Amino acid sequence: MKHKTFFWFILPSLAAMLLFIAMPLVSVAIQSLFVEHDQVLIEVENCTPFKCESSVAVDQEATAALREERPLGQFNALGTYTNRSHLAFAEVREAWNASGSLYEFGAQLMNLPFYKALAFTITYTAVVTPFVIVLGLAIALGVNALPQLVKGPTIFCSLLPMIVTPLIGSLILFWMVDADGILGAALQRIFDDDQLSLKASHSLTWIMLIVYGIWHSAPFSFIVFYAGLQTVPQETLEAAQIDGATRWQRVRYVVVPYMTPLVVFITLMQLMDNFRVFEPIVGFSASAKATSLSWIIFNDLRGGDIQLFGSAAATSLLTILGVVVLLMPVLIRTWQEFGRKVV
Amino acid sequence: MASVAQRRSPGLIFFSTAFIVFWLMIATGPFIWTVWGSFKVQGDFFSKTDWRYALYGVRTITETGDAFTGNGYFGAWIQQEFWRNAFNTVIVVTFTVIISLTMGTLGGYALARSGFRYAFWLLMAALVFRAMPHITLVSGYLLPFFEWNLWGHLPTTIIVLVAINQPFTLWMLHSFFLNIPKDMDESALVDGCTRLQAFRHVIIPVMWPGVITTGLFSFLLAYNDFAVTSVLLSQENQTMVPKIASFLGTVRQQGQVMFAVAAVVSAMVPLFFLVLFFQRQIVSGLTTGAVKG
Repeated sequence: MKHKTFFWFILPSLAAMLLFIAMPLVSVAIQSLFVEHDQVLIEVENCTPFKCESSVAVDQEATAALREERPLGQFNALGTYTNRSHLAFAEVREAWNASGSLYEFGAQLMNLPFYKALAFTITYTAVVTPFVIVLGLAIALGVNALPQLVKGPTIFCSLLPMIVTPLIGSLILFWMVDADGILGAALQRIFDDDQLSLKASHSLTWIMLIVYGIWHSAPFSFIVFYAGLQTVPQETLEAAQIDGATRWQRVRYVVVPYMTPLVVFITLMQLMDNFRVFEPIVGFSASAKATSLSWIIFNDLRGGDIQLFGSAAATSLLTILGVVVLLMPVLIRTWQEFGRKVV
Repeated sequence: MASVAQRRSPGLIFFSTAFIVFWLMIATGPFIWTVWGSFKVQGDFFSKTDWRYALYGVRTITETGDAFTGNGYFGAWIQQEFWRNAFNTVIVVTFTVIISLTMGTLGGYALARSGFRYAFWLLMAALVFRAMPHITLVSGYLLPFFEWNLWGHLPTTIIVLVAINQPFTLWMLHSFFLNIPKDMDESALVDGCTRLQAFRHVIIPVMWPGVITTGLFSFLLAYNDFAVTSVLLSQENQTMVPKIASFLGTVRQQGQVMFAVAAVVSAMVPLFFLVLFFQRQIVSGLTTGAVKG
């Protein structure tokens, strides 16, 4: 295809991506260097018949005018990155000096919003991804052994948790495990504790969100593995059988190796998707006990009276940095493969 | 036919079937429970006394005189005007799918037929863009959109969703067009067609299976999105998903949680039918990327 034709064909798509993906990244980078204006304060004198008192008040008009005039806010350089709600260098150093043990230091870090969110995001990604792969493979092996007639309906039912809107899926589970819901009430009865609530404890909230994540993503890896299982050659399986391999050995040494490229693919997709975990925290109203990087950006944008663009932008850039680190192995591999192709 | 040696032991069959049944209960149980419960009153669905109340609708009978009630649906759709949000969702989703498929087929076709190095780099850039958490991009839009008075309108959201969707659409259609033999459009070129004519007369007639599959995933992205729609749409233009999130708080205060339950079930129904009719395409779409490695 000629360069010119290629250009005209790709133009709409490329323009959309440049305008709405590349440009926002630039915009985020610029916004992160600014911080909201302080409110303009004026001194007002309140006179009663007896004496005059001067007090400080917010000059609403001037503040609004200032915000109108320079919507970006005032220049703050890298100040936003190092403040308490982000990397919090000062607080981290203090905590490091003050705490005697590593455990204590960790506990101190969890009081800082950014590290709290980072800890949950990483834990969620690191726990959900392997569970999804193992569970998906197990389901795929099970479904593959079913009679042909029931396979279709089984796949249909298995797809539901993945297809459903994440927010809706998490709400449905939340209503079940909530104190009055069927599972929550059952737990209360089992443990004979009226006050038991999954929302009340940090670790239970985390487990609840992780269980939701596995439930939501397992179908994806199931479908991929199931499609992969159809391509495992029967001859190899039979050869292994003739050599006396047990069923478990056949799965372990024939099927699993065939699945390895699929595992890489699922891991990549899952890492990308789990790292942006966001909706379940809203759905489970879990933000008091667990926050994610995406959630704190959302909270900066929607949470308070004033939208903290600078703060949201700084967290966004740090999150993007995390994504790049996460994708680094893949990018390096592709780069090397490409280099080999060219040479 | 399975040979004798391949036949499984009864124990294994039992174990694997039991496992699948257990999984199906986990996968579908919550949906069945919630759909059933949405026709009950709150006292039954969130029963403090006995969970079986939700099955038989004991309170529902005493409060409404019947074991099933449509009160939740009435409250959500009429009182809370959920139909407006459903209408907005229809607009957003329809236009997002149409526009992103139009752009994506052109772009994907070009990427599949161009052997130059920049095509590869574009695909790589698209992969990186695909990994961006949507909310990070949203935080970049917000301030400019406020400044240019673009915030809150449906068209803005549509074009943003189209753009966020592009990397995925490009990848998928690219790998789909690679499967259409090059000879087809090249022989048209030899016969004197321009690229556009070759695309129009040779490729378009055979591309529909791939386009439908990609369209399904565009639909899912636009329909399921929460991060973009909840931040970029004003109160009156909200689509279904952000509306559900925003009225959770108010209905809980009013003691009308069933409104939210009914709204959630209503928003689920289209997805249910989508899987029912397009199961084959969804499965093949999920695996296209995987088989290529």
